[in-house]
Amino acid sequence: MSAAIIHPSTAPVTEPPGAGVDLGKLEKSLRRPRTAFNFVMSGLMTLMTIMALVPLFSVVLMLLVRGGKRLSLSLFSELPPSAFEQGGGFGNAIVGTLVMVGLAALISVPFGVLGAVFLAEVGPETKLAEVVRMSAKVLTGFPSILAGVFAYGAVVLVTGGFSAVAGGIALSILMLPTVMLTAEEAIRMVPSKIREAAIGMGATQAQTVRMVLLPTAFPGILTGVMLAVARAAGETAPLLFTALFSNYWLTSGGRLDFMQPMASLAVLIYNFSAMPFENQVELAWAAALVLVLLVLTVNLIGQGLSRKTME
Amino acid sequence: MIAPAVSHSSVSRATSVSRGPKFVEKYGNIVFRWATYLFAWLTVFLVLYIVYTISSKALPAMSKYGWGFITGSTWDPNTGEYGVLPEIWGTLYSSLLALFIGTLFGLAVAIFLSEHYLGAFVFSLLRAVGLQFHPVLGKLPDQLEKLLKNLIELLAAIPSVVYGLWGLFFIIPLIRPFCLAWHAKLGWIPLFSTTLSGPGMLPAAIVLSIMILPTISAISLNALLAVPPKLREAAYGLGATRWESILAVILPTASKGIFGAIILAFGRALGETMALAMLVGNSNVISWSLFSPANTLAALLANNFAEAGPREVGILMFAALILLGITIIVNTAGAFVLHRASVGREGAQ
Repeated sequence: MSAAIIHPSTAPVTEPPGAGVDLGKLEKSLRRPRTAFNFVMSGLMTLMTIMALVPLFSVVLMLLVRGGKRLSLSLFSELPPSAFEQGGGFGNAIVGTLVMVGLAALISVPFGVLGAVFLAEVGPETKLAEVVRMSAKVLTGFPSILAGVFAYGAVVLVTGGFSAVAGGIALSILMLPTVMLTAEEAIRMVPSKIREAAIGMGATQAQTVRMVLLPTAFPGILTGVMLAVARAAGETAPLLFTALFSNYWLTSGGRLDFMQPMASLAVLIYNFSAMPFENQVELAWAAALVLVLLVLTVNLIGQGLSRKTME
Repeated sequence: MIAPAVSHSSVSRATSVSRGPKFVEKYGNIVFRWATYLFAWLTVFLVLYIVYTISSKALPAMSKYGWGFITGSTWDPNTGEYGVLPEIWGTLYSSLLALFIGTLFGLAVAIFLSEHYLGAFVFSLLRAVGLQFHPVLGKLPDQLEKLLKNLIELLAAIPSVVYGLWGLFFIIPLIRPFCLAWHAKLGWIPLFSTTLSGPGMLPAAIVLSIMILPTISAISLNALLAVPPKLREAAYGLGATRWESILAVILPTASKGIFGAIILAFGRALGETMALAMLVGNSNVISWSLFSPANTLAALLANNFAEAGPREVGILMFAALILLGITIIVNTAGAFVLHRASVGREGAQ
């Protein structure tokens, strides 16, 4: 990228090229302040990019070293230990995370996909669609803790206690905008020829959506769902005072009970990280490793799907 | 929808394959359309309902404490005195610090990626050994750039509670010796006026900046890539070096998009909870010191909500309402700036 300014008075067009110009001046030289500045800034950018990646590798390394040390099968089947107890695991927290994320997906996926069908197919140019898109964008920037505050006010205070359902509802609010906006994008990506062919065959709008648009847009919709699930699985703040935490399996009287407080990996990490006991801190690291593996797997599946759709 | 084949003479109804929609199809379609309308309305309703729930629960506390809640700086359940000024201060201070660090590094990453430094470097390495057109290795520059971009995006995928854990057991022990040394030597500067005794503002801001870095770099990268190549070529043609053209042409052209990225990242930083609740120290202090423990609105909610009695819930809802107000204002401003940036770009082309 070396460039030198040729002043018009020193290089008139009538003279043969090079005459009257010291060619040595045109050579790239790091002694010149302009080039040196260029070189230094490029080096600085490289250095800062490498520094920006250090946290990622540091987090992964610490998770593998400190979390991997404690990783064993019993972690997945045992219950969290009490204060001075040794050993233990977080089986109920894994189940809790899966149950609550599943509950959230059960609410947000139908809600989001139907909303997206409206945005992309039923009324894309309407005033309502504009307002809905704006609402979804407001929800995207919504602090996750406020979803918890809302679920506390709307569910915990109404039903009279902390419960897995309240946690699931809080998470579903965070998943909804991601699901809806990516599904809208995916449905819009369906080539209009395919859509028009269905209408030309005499299909009703419901049939077009069910038999043509949704199946074609399915990988794209699934990507959005996966990304939303990955985000929800790692969320802690909305669960702190909706699902709370529990040291026990999710049963009462031998039956599953979703109206009880429920453990989750994220809240377990938060609670145990502040404890002064070595055993609990180790468990927090192991839980963090499991949680990150879970989140990254779901995330990579989602990204793989989106790459497939693009091709 | 369907125009049934009308048989004049040549085609008889019996042989026609077309027919009108059945009863189920016709009314199913109507029900389906109504369902999509319903869920579209529900989305709008949900946002309003969230705002309503929080503000209606906050109303008693609002009428009782009023502006004194925002300007007060004590939090004492025993005397019934509540004020969130330290939390508002901590929220803004930690977010701005994180924004400063995050913007520096996020922008550096965006420039590094948009200038294709890595791709050019790998390409020149390949050319040195004469393999730049190799069917497999020739794709390496592009693939490595994509990998780098994905790695930066992975920073956003790690849950915030894991960053909190990492901050507690890695960042705090790492920076503590430096902080103590700075305090000993430069203690007269307000920024270094207290010692770092475990959690504090600086570790919280560092971790927060890592969390917002992907937001800044991703949106800035889009803004930088959207700068028309003609402008860059014109700058090179005038004899500018790469960095002269970046500073004088490319960054100013992309500045609106970058500014929007920074505001959106600010909105994210304001609402971030877990890493701050774990790292900021949770004490009601207003201080310029980077090493002093502090508190933020989100961390206050996270730490107090689970044990709150009926009276405290109203007060915490008030705090939540303030946080909601701040984030909505910041996010709307960011979206507006980004929208303006994209409109301006279309006009320029």
